[in-house]
Amino acid sequence: MTRFILTRIASAIPTLILVSIAVFGLLRFIPGDPAALMLGDLAKPGQVEAMRIQMGLDKPVVAQYLIWVGNVLTGDFGRSIGTGQEVLPLILNAFSVSASIVLVGVFIAALIAVPAGMLAAWRQNSPGDVGVIMVSTILLSIPSFWLGLMLLLVFGLNLGWLPVIGYVPFSQGFWPALVYIILPVTTLVLSEAGPIARMARASTIEVARLEYITHARAKGLSEPAIMWRHAFKNAFAPTLTLIGFVLGSLLGGIAVIETVFTLPGLGRLLVDAIYARDYPVVQGTMLFVAAIYVVVNLFVDLLYPFLDPRVAA
Amino acid sequence: MMDGTAFARNPMLSVHDLTITIGPNGKRIVDTLTFDLASGDMMALVGESGSGKTMAARAVLGLLPQPLVTAPESRILFKGDDLTRIEPKAMRKVRGADIGMVFQEPMVSLNPAVTIGEQMAEGLRLHHKLGKAEIRDRSLAMLERIRIKEPTKCLAAYPHEFSGGMRQRIMLASVMLLKPRLLIADEPTTALDTLVQRDVLDLMVELTQANGTAVLLISHDLGMVSHYIPNVVVMSEGKAIESGSSSDVLRAPKHEYTRRLLDALPQRSAGGSRGGDCGKPVVEVKDVVIDYPGRNRLFSKTEAKRAVHGVDLTVRRGETLALVGASGSGKTTLGRAIVGLVKPTSGEIAFPGAEAHRPMDQRARRREMQIVFQDPYSSLDPRQRIVDIITEPLKLDKSMNGAERERRVEQVFAEVGLSPDFRRRFPHQLSGGQRQRVAIARAIVGRPAFVVADEPVSALDMTVQKQILLLIRELQARHGFACLFVSHDLGAVEQVADRIAVMQDGRIVEIGERDDVIDRPQHPYTRQLLEAAMLIDRRFAENDPPKQATAL
Repeated sequence: MTRFILTRIASAIPTLILVSIAVFGLLRFIPGDPAALMLGDLAKPGQVEAMRIQMGLDKPVVAQYLIWVGNVLTGDFGRSIGTGQEVLPLILNAFSVSASIVLVGVFIAALIAVPAGMLAAWRQNSPGDVGVIMVSTILLSIPSFWLGLMLLLVFGLNLGWLPVIGYVPFSQGFWPALVYIILPVTTLVLSEAGPIARMARASTIEVARLEYITHARAKGLSEPAIMWRHAFKNAFAPTLTLIGFVLGSLLGGIAVIETVFTLPGLGRLLVDAIYARDYPVVQGTMLFVAAIYVVVNLFVDLLYPFLDPRVAA
Repeated sequence: MMDGTAFARNPMLSVHDLTITIGPNGKRIVDTLTFDLASGDMMALVGESGSGKTMAARAVLGLLPQPLVTAPESRILFKGDDLTRIEPKAMRKVRGADIGMVFQEPMVSLNPAVTIGEQMAEGLRLHHKLGKAEIRDRSLAMLERIRIKEPTKCLAAYPHEFSGGMRQRIMLASVMLLKPRLLIADEPTTALDTLVQRDVLDLMVELTQANGTAVLLISHDLGMVSHYIPNVVVMSEGKAIESGSSSDVLRAPKHEYTRRLLDALPQRSAGGSRGGDCGKPVVEVKDVVIDYPGRNRLFSKTEAKRAVHGVDLTVRRGETLALVGASGSGKTTLGRAIVGLVKPTSGEIAFPGAEAHRPMDQRARRREMQIVFQDPYSSLDPRQRIVDIITEPLKLDKSMNGAERERRVEQVFAEVGLSPDFRRRFPHQLSGGQRQRVAIARAIVGRPAFVVADEPVSALDMTVQKQILLLIRELQARHGFACLFVSHDLGAVEQVADRIAVMQDGRIVEIGERDDVIDRPQHPYTRQLLEAAMLIDRRFAENDPPKQATAL
């Protein structure tokens, strides 16, 4: 077991190295001189050269990469071209906004969707099952920006219950922060619950057909006990993988929802940085997003043996 | 209708007019089945797959799968209650505590995600309301009783850490732990090796007799049943067509269908062995060693396991060499190595006949060697039509044009006895026997020089086994391919083999003409295998009463 955990953690390292090379390489391939870009249109030729040396661009590419990685590892992601701010605090601030919405949203979505999917599977083809399928299909087909706009329209503008714009961090009080994230979280829950419910249903149907479920029934266990003790662990494993993917990609920024609700999240940070050609910010954010993805999936992998002991064997 | 008087002494379980239907038209899966089972007695329901025997047994515990329903006129009386009419809650009290059930597939009937200890404890906690320490003590005592080494470790282990036979023993132990009054065993040994089969059945008899538990055994194997169970009910198409004491039914079958079942029991193939001078060697295996490499771990490497220790073999044109042994003996690995699916660690595998013609590259060589797998359910692509599955190997042969391929496939359909109606169908629309015919057709369509048949009939009913074995022999006579027949079942081997090689722990311990090996075995392991096969014998002796196991 310890070996499994160590192996998994170690196997994430090459992935992260590849990601860092890709992110680094990507910006090298973009036409244009970063030094000239830093200085803007009015720079004199001599200034550009000086800037290149200052930025280390005169060194070989490998050396440049190693310097960059070294800096990243010590927490130095460089400075934003536009604002001159340090990149890492920018990323962390934006991430805390995205993460608070995504973690709460996916958690609630799973809390609703997994039991709904499992119950639907247990009563396959019953009206309840058909209901779950219908609702999840409808939710799947609604674009999240439209859903967000509708929620804003109804609860923000027409009813006036909730604020329509802005964000308050949790450090400034729980209730005000909560009020601001209710609508984005709801949008996220509604758009993510569909796939999770369908996955939970499909894998539960698969498991419910297996003989050990009949065996559990033949032991005299009640249906809830069979579902919880025998079906859940086996059926939840594939769903957990899906939740891992969802969480990984959402934590990397929910640009659409952040745009609709004007939240200063990671997705917006990246999009804005790309528009502004703010390369240090783009580079830092991309690396951070990729790392989050790797870490979340590593976490899922580490949870897996608790659901299916055969994995660690 | 049968007479139930043969075993009606104070019945504990009385099944009356049990009818199970499916669909709106009420198609009958089980049709007015009636039998009684007295306390402490043993009885078997015997029939082919699809005869309704499993569904009849499941109906007793109310465990029918979804679209199947018990018809209202059915009665299943147990301890004075009609199990078809009691409340779900009362039924749950009967399940496990009064009537235990053991399933066919030990690989899927234990929950892979729950420890053995927990799966054993569950029933005790539920029905006997015992405390933790008491449950642990009883579980450990039971595991010791079924001779599990290191029972304490076993409690914390997961099912995948055990072999099929071990799992089936554990399953049996966990069910018998509750001391039920009736044990329903649904083909409990069909998925196991001959040696292990005997072991599990002995254990079942031992545990149930010690506890006075009655047994209802479901099986397709009349020979095996006759050695363990005194009374049988033979089922066909949902109906009980014959019943009585096992020895009577076996010795003097009244019904045509029972006679057919008995005919399907293995007999030595007519004409005896075709002798050792079948022709030129097609495959020569010299001093082959196969290791399963240890898995690479991050910080270490698990130890390599030697599956085959220096084996020599020759298979000649037109002959069938049977490779016999228990699971884990290395026989399948060796078979796969010959067709190139596993790379030998050292030694030589040569194809003298074929290589003389042309220097063969790997692909051409592959075409000359084909394999038929054990499980026809997973060895056919479920998304391909039958005709495409069979045509596929021919596409590798560029010298054939479409019309020739078409003709060849048509011919092979006829040869393996598949109706042309099956061309457009998918594998799931075929029965197990039909699927295995498809697998055989796929193997022989390219006219290979050599075919490995890896346990090709172990997953099939006795009657179907017989047909498939005959088919293999017939095809071999027609096309003259050499065949390596890998099997744990000496009964099947006897029907097809010219020569037999017995394998134990990766070594060939005995090899010779079929009749010599079976009639005059030299090695103790061969004798052990034969003995196991005789106990679960299909060629029951004339005056051999069913073996009654003695209680502990």
